[in-house]
Amino acid sequence: MFDVTVIGGGVIGAAIARELARYRLSVVLLERKSDVAEGTTKANSAIIHAGYDAKPGSQKARTNVLGNAMFEDWCAELDVPFRRNTSLVVAFSDADLPGLADLMARGDENGVPGLSLIDEAELRRREPNIGPKARGALLAETGGICCPYELTISLATHALLNGVEIRLNTPVTGVSRENGTFVCQTPQGPVVSRALVNAAGVYADTINNQLSEDTFTITARRGEYVMLDKRFGPAFKATIFQMPTPMGKGVLITPTVEDTVILGPTAEDIEDKDDVRTTAAGLEQVLRVAALSWPQIPTRHFITAFAGLRAHCDRNDFILGEAADVPGFFNAAGIESPGLTAAPAIAAELAGQVADRLNAGKKDTFNPPYLARKPFRLMSHAEREAAVAADPAYGRIICRCESVPEAEILEAIRRPLGATTLDGVKRRARAGMGRCQGGFCAPRVLELLSRELGVPQTELTKFGGASRILSGTLGEMAEPQPRAAQERTGETHA
Amino acid sequence: MPETRKIDLVIIGGGPAGLAAAVAAWDGGCRSLLILERDVRLGGILQQCIHNGFGLHVFHEELTGPEYADRYIRQVQERGIPFQCDTMVLDVSPQRLVTAVSPAHGLVQIQAGAVILAMGCRERPRGALAIPGTNCAGIMTTGTAQRLVNLESLVPGKRIVILGSGDIGLIMARRMTCIGAEVLACVELMPFSSGLTRNVVQCLHDYNIPLLLSHTVIAIEGRERLTGVTIAEVDPATRKPIPGTEEKIACDTLLLSVGLIPENELSRSAGVSLSEVTQGPLVDQNLLTDVPGVFACGNVLHVHDLVDEVSEESARAGLAALAWIREPASQTGSGLEPIRVRDGKGVRGIVPQQITRPVQLPKLHLTFRPDAVYKQATIRVEVDGETVLRQKRLIMTPGEMAVVDLPTGRFDPASAREIAVHVEVNA
Repeated sequence: MFDVTVIGGGVIGAAIARELARYRLSVVLLERKSDVAEGTTKANSAIIHAGYDAKPGSQKARTNVLGNAMFEDWCAELDVPFRRNTSLVVAFSDADLPGLADLMARGDENGVPGLSLIDEAELRRREPNIGPKARGALLAETGGICCPYELTISLATHALLNGVEIRLNTPVTGVSRENGTFVCQTPQGPVVSRALVNAAGVYADTINNQLSEDTFTITARRGEYVMLDKRFGPAFKATIFQMPTPMGKGVLITPTVEDTVILGPTAEDIEDKDDVRTTAAGLEQVLRVAALSWPQIPTRHFITAFAGLRAHCDRNDFILGEAADVPGFFNAAGIESPGLTAAPAIAAELAGQVADRLNAGKKDTFNPPYLARKPFRLMSHAEREAAVAADPAYGRIICRCESVPEAEILEAIRRPLGATTLDGVKRRARAGMGRCQGGFCAPRVLELLSRELGVPQTELTKFGGASRILSGTLGEMAEPQPRAAQERTGETHA
Repeated sequence: MPETRKIDLVIIGGGPAGLAAAVAAWDGGCRSLLILERDVRLGGILQQCIHNGFGLHVFHEELTGPEYADRYIRQVQERGIPFQCDTMVLDVSPQRLVTAVSPAHGLVQIQAGAVILAMGCRERPRGALAIPGTNCAGIMTTGTAQRLVNLESLVPGKRIVILGSGDIGLIMARRMTCIGAEVLACVELMPFSSGLTRNVVQCLHDYNIPLLLSHTVIAIEGRERLTGVTIAEVDPATRKPIPGTEEKIACDTLLLSVGLIPENELSRSAGVSLSEVTQGPLVDQNLLTDVPGVFACGNVLHVHDLVDEVSEESARAGLAALAWIREPASQTGSGLEPIRVRDGKGVRGIVPQQITRPVQLPKLHLTFRPDAVYKQATIRVEVDGETVLRQKRLIMTPGEMAVVDLPTGRFDPASAREIAVHVEVNA
């Protein structure tokens, strides 16, 4: 039996697990996918919001402002990228200008520091590529960007190094409370604990509603994005928002910490909570709306498109803390934007509540996080020279777009909470994240994964489950059977 | 930092372009040169092109890709031309300082007298097309599939749809069929194949693989592994899908052959100006870029159809680089305004884009692609508005690079300002 089970290996679950690891508690984290950060965490805008948008008095507003202030130290401790690139909410007509003042007033009420209104001239000085209709903007100096999956992998690894058990490929198929303990059913058997934390993202309602009378509904609200090559990273310094709508913060344009640019998201409520497809209509909408902010979108230089799901709760706010009718059951549910920003605040708060409930004190020691070496692509030539001298595997570049050497692929596989899939390597080492999207490096990464994990290449997957990359070897193929000529007529399309 | 070595000619890339340039420079008398190749062996992409059809022009016989590469590799080895494999060039400065890294030699810096850019090209990925659908397994470029099958004996999938009809796509349609996979269709957005006619015939028709022109993939299905794609006919004018023509095809693999992009990241680091059309460097008749001493040839300059053409072009670059090393002023010293070469009617991506004076060559070798299929066409070359050359062609397609050799005696290179090439349908 564990003291605490955390359901969900997204940024919220990983952050809570890591905070729980500071206490004298045995903790297990259950993640249904093959890696942490595989759900909403891997596909969002990666923005650290200032906090002017959330409704005053809401959990969103409170934890947003708290979390934003904590983010710098949080990322510094884990040595993951974070940049206060500022946010700009841009008015594209004179009619929108009063809306900016309203947003600023809301921000003041939420306690957001560093807000100011800037005029068109100042906006154009800061962002020369902004569209011709721009009239002014709300500047939020505390707005920032981070890398959500890298952050989450670091958080989960840090939790692991402090005794948290991380069980991947472990979906919770049912949950119950029996004799004061919680039982999570999984295909690998039941997991029993004294307390339970629900960080199950779009499925958090399913978990909660099996245990508590106080039910709620989470709707998956899909957002589609396109990403541009890093050549266009300098196009905008700040994150460019348009005026928010009832469905969300609208279509934004932002540089990423990896210097690519993302455009999006759309907002569409969908039935199927696993449906992360992109659509022609969605991508068209992103481009049409984003063109207001950036008329010259270089559409020839997209490198990928993706979609993520927001866990939108019917209560329109985060649901945080112990369920009133189920002692020991803690929710971190309905975590949509600004959930990433709020994560440090939510995690510290919830872990404290869980520890109080279980009367657990803090441990005397907390092991430091796992720190990967500085990436080769960011090294100076002198640093590169030293790295190759120490380890020749730094001299063999596997991913040419992102300059990722073999040494870093091997580290991504061998590190604690190492990669077991192609996407796992991609999120830890950036191999395959660049402009050719793995066309060049994927076969080489498969070879290294196969060798390191002792698994045939034909068994390797893109992201676990049935996502196999190859269907077999040449030796296994049947004799070829070219189709007969008469079949051809039937299949030829006029 | 390590001590900087000095080498007259550094060739970046040991594929067909780099090899041919090296051999030509050596035979012209260059003895201080080095080929840098990122793979563990020389030969570049040819090593995975195990089909035949290479070498008809250069060697007057039909070779496979590895055989063709081997001819040049042997020439390099026989001459003792230095090369270094497993070496990635990280940076080329505008002053031709080349920084490279390898497991065997670590980080090295070389001050080159001249540099030949011969990095080849890469394939356009799915993301560049923004095809809607899921990001599942089972989608890859045809070149990646070719490497897996031919070099690693691995099979990407068993029920295949190919999007795009570039040459690698056509070749892989046949290859996948030959290894026992089922190629359900080759889907091409344009009303014509972008590959060579001989490949359409030998790789699709001979194997009864349907080529669906003016069609595209509009959706990708499959949560984990691909389960199917939806294709639709497109309006040839707008290239937009025509409602009502959608058709689902159950498949486990989508191979993409949707274009090749010259690999010019290093060219950019060197400050070389690139063409929006070819996506390769802007060059003159000597294949010199606008950065002194930096030359470009092969697929990094513009995507070729035939390796033979790459070899011939690269040999010219090797000799031009040698001339530069011996006398830099010979190629830029005149101070005269260059002659502009521009795409005329029906012409895309002409190379070279300018002619440096004085013009010493007896003829100018101009290459381009027509912007559509033309039957019974004439290539017409104008100098300052005056027609100086007409050549007839039975058929021209964008899938086949067009070549026209313009004798410099047909005009006055000293006074000419602009050369324009047009493709016109015969009256």
